[in-house]
Amino acid sequence: MTAPEQWITDHKIPVGTAMAAMIDMVRHYGLGFFDAISDGIGACVDGLTISLLSVPPLLLVAAAVVGAWYLHRSWALVALIGLGLLFIINQGYWNETMATLSLILFSTLCCMAIGVPLGVASAHRARLAQVLHPVLDLMQTLPTFVYLIPTLILFGLGTVPGIISTIIFAIPAPIRMTQMGIARVPRALIEAGEAFGATERQILWKVELPAALPMIQAGLTQCIMLSLSMVVIAALVGAGGLGVPVVRALNTVQVDVGFESGFVIVLLAVMLDRLCRSKESAS
Amino acid sequence: MSKMTNAALEFRNIDILFDRSGRRGAIEAALARLDAGETREEISRALKVTVGVAGANLAVARGEISVLMGLSGSGKSTLLRAANRLNQPVRGEVRIGNGSAWLDIARCDDDTLRALRKTRIAMVFQQFGLLPWRSVRDNVGFGLELRDMAPSIRKEIVEEKLELVGLSNWADARVHELSGGMQQRVGLARAFATDADILLMDEPFSALDPLIRRKLQDELMDLQKRLKKTILFVSHDIDEALKIGSHITIMREGRIIQTGTPDDIALRPVNDYVAEFIRHMNPLPTLLASTFMRHTQDLPLRPDGMLDGGTLALSPEGRVVHIAGQERVLRAFQEWEQGAVCVVPAKMSLGEVIALRQRSGFPVLVEDEGALVGVCDDADILQALSGERRYGVPVL
Repeated sequence: MTAPEQWITDHKIPVGTAMAAMIDMVRHYGLGFFDAISDGIGACVDGLTISLLSVPPLLLVAAAVVGAWYLHRSWALVALIGLGLLFIINQGYWNETMATLSLILFSTLCCMAIGVPLGVASAHRARLAQVLHPVLDLMQTLPTFVYLIPTLILFGLGTVPGIISTIIFAIPAPIRMTQMGIARVPRALIEAGEAFGATERQILWKVELPAALPMIQAGLTQCIMLSLSMVVIAALVGAGGLGVPVVRALNTVQVDVGFESGFVIVLLAVMLDRLCRSKESAS
Repeated sequence: MSKMTNAALEFRNIDILFDRSGRRGAIEAALARLDAGETREEISRALKVTVGVAGANLAVARGEISVLMGLSGSGKSTLLRAANRLNQPVRGEVRIGNGSAWLDIARCDDDTLRALRKTRIAMVFQQFGLLPWRSVRDNVGFGLELRDMAPSIRKEIVEEKLELVGLSNWADARVHELSGGMQQRVGLARAFATDADILLMDEPFSALDPLIRRKLQDELMDLQKRLKKTILFVSHDIDEALKIGSHITIMREGRIIQTGTPDDIALRPVNDYVAEFIRHMNPLPTLLASTFMRHTQDLPLRPDGMLDGGTLALSPEGRVVHIAGQERVLRAFQEWEQGAVCVVPAKMSLGEVIALRQRSGFPVLVEDEGALVGVCDDADILQALSGERRYGVPVL
């Protein structure tokens, strides 16, 4: 090794250790705070799972079918939902599916509740968008396993680190889509609102949000899909659901279990996607 | 401007500048250069500041249609949009009559501005500016909804305005199901719904095909007869301006070149730029007989005491007409018969004069208040068609 190379390697910039120290400090001072969040989220998700499981499966299938008809008036979709859910019961993955569903619903709810207002705010404030842009890039490109480690340390083993990682992974979608939707509202429509004396709040609610709704809806669908793709990784840190049999199948080399649970995940994804799509893009 | 005491809307010394540089003080520097007499291009190049409108003075009388004309980039839309402060003037006042007093739209506070926009000034847009996810009815009611008006009262007004523009059967349709002409009728109904006394129309018919455009112009003029709104109308179409405007303002590079009645603009253009505009108009429906006829008092006297009108000779008191030595009867154009010379009113258009000239085979005579005042021979008609106007001819 030449001398300059030697010098460079000798003076390693402590990126990793700094992050570790920071996480350590956060954990040290924020233990109670993170425990509270962990307990809260855990209780919500578990409660949701328990209430979903308390309904007889066939009754839930019927409710889903009626809901699908009410939303889209499409026989094809009703058939897909009905047969898909019956197939899941048939394969014996109902409990896991409900656990995954509640995990996805909760994380998607959190993503939308934070993502849409943040998207709107960043569409209106160029500075915020500038700051947010690299952060969102980082969240989407940083390998999931990397931030799985600190979330594991901060929130302990179980559902919660899985959900937090899922949210970190999925939330850029609704933020970006909302921001894009709002930013793309034609100037002419906003001026029409202004010309008739709309306040800023009226413009947001009566012009911008309705105009951006298709984009926001696309953000919702993306968010659900991204959450679903995190199911297996969440199972690695102890979250329940359809990821568990996949992980188990991987560890014990069970091809049949792997494919069964894999198909159920895909089926769930397809059903949720079709259900959440807007009417225009579905037809 | 001083003669218009009854102005509903008045622009006073309006300058509108847009800063593209983002530097502080750029606008002030540009104003200084503008006052020093520098041109738009010089200021734009030196400071990256666009001069939209400079030194504009214009009064719009109550109940009239005043048209802002100019090529694209002439500042006509920019000036219009100052009337409801979609563009903020850097200097000057935009006065709107408010009871016996007036308000300066350019400087009033936001609440006052919103109140004015809700109740006094409505706007119609070139690309319609309708909300595509709403039904026709909800688009028309948009302005009322912003006022938090009760839905029951709103519904009543909306139905009335839909009736006014002939769209009652389309109330529940989506906007995109309508043709362009119908969409702009929705835009009109939305503007009428707020009951504003001032309407700003930013090239409302430019996006429509010519046939529909003419139809909507007629409809607007019909509506205007009943509603008597004060309308500021932007157009780049001289025919449209001459047709609907009671006053026309020609703008060029952000400045007002000439303001006047259609006759002022058509017959007394202040410079070649305005004259050039007029040359491109369609003369058939716009030029009136009184503007291109030869006046009887200008006709030379023949040795036999008759006035010499070229192919026809006229007795000085206008009772006897000779053509090729033969006396001919005179008939008003409604009662015209074979072999008679046609007499038309001074307000008849060039197109109609040509038709009657062809039908009778003789020059057409022009009367005003019962007296013969002029002659329209082939030479006069051709001259009118060629775009060579006789400037300075008094209008009847």
